[in-house]
Amino acid sequence: MTGAAPLLEVENLHVAFRTPLGRTQAVKGVSFRVDEGETLALVGESGSGKSVSALSILQLLNYPVASHPAGSIRFRGQELIGASDATMRKIRGNRISMVFQEPITALNPLHTIEKQINEILMVHKGLVASAARTRTLELLDLVGIRDADQRLGAFPHELSGGQRQRVMIAMALANEPDMLIADEPTTAVDVTIQAQILDLMLALQKKLGMAMLLITHDLGVVRKMAPRVAVMRLGEVVEAGDTGEVFENPQHPYTRQLMAAEPGGAPADYDGTAAEIIAADGFRVWYPIKKGVMRRTVDHVKAVDGVSFTIRAGQTVGVVGESGSGKSSLALGILRLISSKGPVVFMGRDIQGLRSKALRPLRRQMQIVFQDPFGSLSPRLTVGEIVGEGLRIHEMGDGPARDAAVVAALDEVGLDPETRHRYPHEFSGGQRQRISIARAMVLKPKLLILDEPTSALDMSVQAQMVELLRGLQREHALAYIFISHDLRVVRAMSHDVIVMRNGLVVEQGSAAQVIEAPKEAYTKALMAAAFELRADTSGVVGV
Amino acid sequence: MAKARGDRFLFWSITPITARRLANFRANRRGVWSLWLFLVLFFASLCAEFIANDKPLAVWYDGALYSPVIKQNAETTFGGEFATTADFTDEILVENVKKKGGWILWPIVPFRHDTQIEDLPVPAPSYPTARNWLGTDDQGRDVVARLIYGFRISVLFGITLTILSTIVGVAAGAVQGYFGGRTDLYFQRFIEIWGSVPQLYLLIILAAVIEPNFWWLLGILLLFSWMGLVGVVRAEFLRARNFDYVRAARALGAPDRTIMVRHVLPNAMVATITFMPFILQGSILSLTALDFLGFGLPPGSASLGEMLKQGKANLHAPWLGISAFMVIAVMLTLLVFIGEAVRDAFDPRKAVIGGVPPEDAIVAAGAAPVPQPAAARESKR
Repeated sequence: MTGAAPLLEVENLHVAFRTPLGRTQAVKGVSFRVDEGETLALVGESGSGKSVSALSILQLLNYPVASHPAGSIRFRGQELIGASDATMRKIRGNRISMVFQEPITALNPLHTIEKQINEILMVHKGLVASAARTRTLELLDLVGIRDADQRLGAFPHELSGGQRQRVMIAMALANEPDMLIADEPTTAVDVTIQAQILDLMLALQKKLGMAMLLITHDLGVVRKMAPRVAVMRLGEVVEAGDTGEVFENPQHPYTRQLMAAEPGGAPADYDGTAAEIIAADGFRVWYPIKKGVMRRTVDHVKAVDGVSFTIRAGQTVGVVGESGSGKSSLALGILRLISSKGPVVFMGRDIQGLRSKALRPLRRQMQIVFQDPFGSLSPRLTVGEIVGEGLRIHEMGDGPARDAAVVAALDEVGLDPETRHRYPHEFSGGQRQRISIARAMVLKPKLLILDEPTSALDMSVQAQMVELLRGLQREHALAYIFISHDLRVVRAMSHDVIVMRNGLVVEQGSAAQVIEAPKEAYTKALMAAAFELRADTSGVVGV
Repeated sequence: MAKARGDRFLFWSITPITARRLANFRANRRGVWSLWLFLVLFFASLCAEFIANDKPLAVWYDGALYSPVIKQNAETTFGGEFATTADFTDEILVENVKKKGGWILWPIVPFRHDTQIEDLPVPAPSYPTARNWLGTDDQGRDVVARLIYGFRISVLFGITLTILSTIVGVAAGAVQGYFGGRTDLYFQRFIEIWGSVPQLYLLIILAAVIEPNFWWLLGILLLFSWMGLVGVVRAEFLRARNFDYVRAARALGAPDRTIMVRHVLPNAMVATITFMPFILQGSILSLTALDFLGFGLPPGSASLGEMLKQGKANLHAPWLGISAFMVIAVMLTLLVFIGEAVRDAFDPRKAVIGGVPPEDAIVAAGAAPVPQPAAARESKR
């Protein structure tokens, strides 16, 4: 690794942003190097400065709001900081190219993929249209898009998430770059697709001999992809070295904390004879498809089709599935927030078909926590008003009693009761999710539906959240429906697991059985992708 | 609930969002100046009776103080012969007051909008003089007095119409957007039909049957003007009803009305308040237009539109048209400037000046591509 000059050398890089409140230092003295054909992973939580560092390499930050007070970035010995636009244009997308997290926003929705890939070839390589087309076909073939010649005319929205990310990679590879910067390339896709994309990137790297700078928050991805890793925190590299070594024997306390942060453990046992909280039998959520002048219902989108389960006090049922599998529809349907069919017996009473007035007293007992900690709290109410709203609606207690209940609920989720006078935007994602949980817990519910409560949170916060939820369950014998696409969190939370796909139940049973010894091919593929990042080869999972 | 901390505006404690908006509004100097100027003009015009009136502000007569502006006195009080209301333009009465060692304090403009001045130097409309600063109109009425009263009635009419149509429009939009489905469908079709009714002809027909006054005109214009806001409010409600915090409120069992007012309406208010100065401007303009066409306020009312009409009929008296035009132009321009500042204040992308949450600031500058949680979350749905 030593000897020859490195391909990319970043030394003492500083990045500052000018804000109305003064300058903020996003990156403070980061150094790393990437050699020819090598992969380096930058790991860190949100706000650690890893993306900003990567964007500085291509000088893609919003200058002059951003600036580099110090540092140097050398690519093949050429200084990139302060390089002219003409120089940078020759490097961007040509010598160094980039794959972004969200392919749908990185692709132009109004152009076909052929046009978008051709454009790069024509600009950088000066190819004529017909030659560009041939090369585009080659590239699409290379990234594993089947029937590439029929896909050329497709618009981005006509492709699946995995296909879009493949197209993005094809665009990045169009000019055979020396280096690929991949910024969270698989965060926005499902686990099975993630495994496929990572495999593809590994294979392409070997084939084309390019270097790769991989930015991710997912330690599993690092383990699979990168021989070397740099751990970032608050704009500094706290630890760097061989991946194996850093993972086995972390030196810095933060790295150790990060390694320990993966949600683990198992939920406490529940009493198998405890009261049944909720039972559903052949539960369905069908959205009608209406056609014609008379808007007759011609067919249904079967978002949830025939799900049955029973949950006792203190029990957690995990619902697992990829996007579009009907998990969230199930949650909203159970709560009667969208219309559904099939009996739902809650606390011994069928709530299907109850009028909203009759349902209101029952709502106290069944609560929901949503995925998005930013969207689920009204920005115009104080935390106290948000948490106390349920008490107000259900007319529980008078002013001081309500305030005391709010204080107790905030205390229970690990927040300072004084926070009730503040507004949601003053809190971090994890704290907001705690506020959401307090809003539900203040009503002393029997059933809590958790719809991806940890997906938007950093890894270490996820582990804390899992701890909190398990603690609450022990204390109050809560029944949980835990919805997630993240199987590690589901394993840490659930007694039983339901695996859903396209609205249907693929497999259902105890967590140990479904996760450790899956029977169905799809479940097997899902588990392999989630826990070992191994792509499926049997063809159960689409591209 | 007591606030532990937070900003204050006048007496209200306000959320940081509001504080940022106020800062943004203040940053638009033109808008702030326009607002102050407009407020000064408006409050001055509210006191029009004390600025332009044909009754004195105060009369000192025989050791007693009278204020004919506020309370009318009979002529006999001042030594006259008839028990009619004292007319201080009458020279005999003025003589009487002087004889008793009294004095008369006149308003700055000693005419009301409907005072017909009889001793004009030339036949009406008379040119501007020291007595009639902007001359008189073709019925010998002082132009300055008419402009002051006309400004007042225009703004009052505009504000009333704006408030009423905002209330109706927001309510209609909220119901459509929140409930959606059939309610929305039928309401939208109704609005399409209602919106294509020709307003002007309806007004002309009505003007033939009734004599329109302030309230009639307000009602008739309201019939159509409420539709302006329905679109934006409906869109906001359609968008917001699927927000997680609205869903959470429904899961808490909150009744529809509570959700609409407490959780969704604040979102729609941004669009509404942004539009309000422009609606106010439109309302004033439609009253002026009706007056100009002669279907507006009853004859004799102070009205800017009627003044324009006189200007058109008396091209040899340019002071009529020019004065009315200037007043209308200045008023509408001020409102547009205020509207722009309000729009800036509510624009979330506007770079913020001072006292701001830092996360917003960085996003506003487009400089924080660090995590993209929103995008990631969306696609995981």
